[in-house]
Amino acid sequence: MAEPKVKYDRQLRIWGEQGQAALEKSSICLLNCGPTGSETLKNLVLGGIGSITVVDGSKVEVGDLGNNFLVDESSVGQSKAKCVSSFLQELNDSVKAKFVEEYPEALIETNPSFFSQFTLVIATQLVESSMIKLDRICREANVILIFARSYGLTGFVRISLKEHTVIESKPEHFLDDLRLNNPWLELKSFADSIDLTVQDPVAHKHIPYVVILVKMADEWAKSHGGKLPSTREQKKEFKDLLKARMVSQDEDNYKEAIEASFKVFAPRGISLDLQRILNDSSSEVDSNSSDFWVLVAALKEFIANEGGGEAPLEGSIPDMTSSTEQYINLQNIYLAKAEADFLVMEQLVRSILKKIGRDSNSIPKATIRSFCKNARKLRVCRYRSIEDEFNSPNLPELQKYLTDEDSSGGATFVGRGAMAPPKPLNFHIAVGIYILLRAVDRFAANYNSFPGQFDSATDEDIPRLKSAAISLLSDLGCNGTALAEDLINEMCRFGAAELHAVAALVGGIASQEVIKLITRQFVPMSGTYIFNGIDHKSQLLSL
Amino acid sequence: MAETAATQPSRSRDLDKLLLRPGNLVGPRFEPSAQLRDDVQNHARVLVVGAGGLGCELLKDLALSGFHNLDVIDMDRIEVTNLNRQFLFRVEDVGKPKAEVAAKRVMERISGVNIVPHFCRIEDKDIDFYNDFMIIALGLDSVEARSYINNVACSFLASVFFSPCHEIEYDSDDNPLEETIKPMVDGGTEGFKGHARVILPGVTPCFECTIWLFPPQVKFPLCTLAETPRTAAHCIEYAHLIKWNEVVHNFAHGGTAFDPDNPQHMKWVYDEAAKRAELFGIPGVTYSFTQGVVKNIIPAIASTNAIISAACTLETLKIATECSKTMSNYLTYNGSEGLHTKVAEFERDKDCLVCGPGVLIEVDTSVTLQKFMNLLEEHPKLQLTKASITHRGKNLYMQAPPVLEEMTRSNLSLPLFELMGKLSKDVIHVNGMTNKNNQKVSCLRKLRVTFKGVDGVTDMDTAGGA
Repeated sequence: MAEPKVKYDRQLRIWGEQGQAALEKSSICLLNCGPTGSETLKNLVLGGIGSITVVDGSKVEVGDLGNNFLVDESSVGQSKAKCVSSFLQELNDSVKAKFVEEYPEALIETNPSFFSQFTLVIATQLVESSMIKLDRICREANVILIFARSYGLTGFVRISLKEHTVIESKPEHFLDDLRLNNPWLELKSFADSIDLTVQDPVAHKHIPYVVILVKMADEWAKSHGGKLPSTREQKKEFKDLLKARMVSQDEDNYKEAIEASFKVFAPRGISLDLQRILNDSSSEVDSNSSDFWVLVAALKEFIANEGGGEAPLEGSIPDMTSSTEQYINLQNIYLAKAEADFLVMEQLVRSILKKIGRDSNSIPKATIRSFCKNARKLRVCRYRSIEDEFNSPNLPELQKYLTDEDSSGGATFVGRGAMAPPKPLNFHIAVGIYILLRAVDRFAANYNSFPGQFDSATDEDIPRLKSAAISLLSDLGCNGTALAEDLINEMCRFGAAELHAVAALVGGIASQEVIKLITRQFVPMSGTYIFNGIDHKSQLLSL
Repeated sequence: MAETAATQPSRSRDLDKLLLRPGNLVGPRFEPSAQLRDDVQNHARVLVVGAGGLGCELLKDLALSGFHNLDVIDMDRIEVTNLNRQFLFRVEDVGKPKAEVAAKRVMERISGVNIVPHFCRIEDKDIDFYNDFMIIALGLDSVEARSYINNVACSFLASVFFSPCHEIEYDSDDNPLEETIKPMVDGGTEGFKGHARVILPGVTPCFECTIWLFPPQVKFPLCTLAETPRTAAHCIEYAHLIKWNEVVHNFAHGGTAFDPDNPQHMKWVYDEAAKRAELFGIPGVTYSFTQGVVKNIIPAIASTNAIISAACTLETLKIATECSKTMSNYLTYNGSEGLHTKVAEFERDKDCLVCGPGVLIEVDTSVTLQKFMNLLEEHPKLQLTKASITHRGKNLYMQAPPVLEEMTRSNLSLPLFELMGKLSKDVIHVNGMTNKNNQKVSCLRKLRVTFKGVDGVTDMDTAGGA
């Protein structure tokens, strides 16, 4: 490994060289460098982001020394953006750090084209009206936008872009692609070549379970009109047949076969999620379509024809008890089929590209390969515009949160230590925070300060904030729903304070989403994440 | 309500809003005032265990949350691979002790903060050292280390009805004496996943109560490694665990133990693994993968550490000040597929060997210390060997060091009843080895010893202990 990369070892093991390259190519703009923005950017700088531009018009105050690690004594009175960007430069000298001493609101109003130069904009501590304007600008310019805000013990994170497609979603738990319920010719032949009744006990217990199951499934199908076990009784009978073949108790391969038998019972073909993607109107491609959708169009054809209802074979197999030789042979059979499927896909992609008037080589082989391997795990994330959400949120969802019907987010663990009974009110505070964070912005628009921002005013501010919240709820069509009084009081108590711990947490979450968005690996969050630092029952709201 | 003078700029401008103003969703004993803020700043001492990915973040977060008296303990030195997230360290610091550099950097940037670094193992400190702190914040990366600190913190726990300082009737309720509760906040991360939890010994489950949350580590069967390797990892572990020892016995390495931090050792393992892989036709052995398997490298990034440490800090602040509700009591976080956070409220294991009132052992007054130690070995719940025993801080018998062993050896033949000052019942602490997941691990256990036929204590059923 080249010298500079050693320091990134621990993260390369997560997103690999390609992910790292994507980070290093990107340029990020941060709006407002209080602790929320600074902490977000700090994590990205440590990770090796290409370049950063810090935009903030304020000067460092004494109060900033108490909540922001990226400013210090010597910078009091100076540009906060300058101070933060120079500390960030120290953290990682391969990052290009710049600053602009301007208030973000001013740039949004007078220089919207400023934002087009960036891969992604991190907008922190913006109020409703600025959020809406910035969102329009970034959507227009195709710049990824992520909002993050800390407010007392609360906060939120919200991604905003039209569409984000993911090939390498890398889900933690995903079923392997063994096709035990739908073996192809070469796999069947390999299984046929192995005799389950072999006398040698060592050989008997080293037959890989894939072979055992393919053969047993075939035998079953032959005596059941070509069908595989589907009822409970049939499944049990199938497992019993497996057990009956064991000649001793220590045959791990048979135990694995029994455990894996559900893979034989599983339905053939593709998942509903993948079907939904294939049915999406974007899969009707034209010259404007992104590479992702061209690949999806090819996938659709593949599945309908050569694939026989299945996506390209993923190609890898999990470890299993087996002799080395049989395992390697099996592995090669899967690799060969995956390669064959890839070659078909490659041709399909090239012909579609030609059809839509693009260079047939414009999608690299490596991309097509990766797409084939990950075909069953594709993800498409779409985000409503801020304006749409703010003006017409998903009312049924909002009602659900407000009345806390759905307590599926509650404590449901089972274990030796007993569980306390699940408490309701899981969305109660989170949705209250969502509404109040918008209400405080309306308050600020009216009174030129946030509720409770100044000690003297806190008492009067409570009823004012309450009526701002009520009128907002009414605008959204939720008349008559009450927000918890305690929560309204708390929001006034917070007085728009930016607490370091909350900023670091919200910033941490925001930075992680940025990484997922830029590396195009893993799945970014959907909806709005509401951070609830009061009892930590944070929630994702889909409005 | 406190008046902050509008003209006087204060560093704690933001924190003041939380600590000086009354609130509704706060702890039962919240007393908002400048005094509270000042007490936290001047008197609250917090120990940060670990100065790595979590530790660096914890120190920063705590210092900027009003805690100005911190200690940090870490036995490691800075490595290049730390630099992608342990932001207090620079390239020039590689090789220096983490605790010392971390303390120095934070003190440089945040004036008024005092951090005492301890470059040593957590076991090297006296138990009393840990008792000096108001709260202990853990930024550890091993189950064993957490277990150790958990044992220590729980050993301070005393119950009203069984306090070492009072001869009081035993009550089956055993409520913990509040001042002996040593709160801990524990964080852990791995890639995009993490957890943050609050442990109030005697109140919430301790680490031991929920030990079943940690799955046992994957171990490959020996016959797979030796006879039928199939994956790159099999080849690597063969070289690491089997071939190395064979060669050691042939004195090719001068009889040295394998050292994962020695690049030559690692290269040797990689070469052997690659040879074996080639022999069997197995792909995938690379140097990087070899390191990962041998060192059990856990991928780590700045963002997850930041999130978990911040959650821990928030809870530390709440425990110290009651300025808001506390997390009850275990937060899990997963950011790989969307964003999932959940708080689960686990309950204590009433029979917990560590935070429980202590396994009840009833013996005759004639039982010698040696006999007692034999009983501990046979006790089904304890299975404790190599015991070192203390009673109210006094060493009854110490296995080590040799000097102490010699000094306390004579106690072995004395009746335990006499050694414990002829009390009819009392708490003792035992340090020793026990079995966990087929491994011998060290442990610290609290025992309630009662003596038969003394002061009207009738025969109790001791089977099953607590």
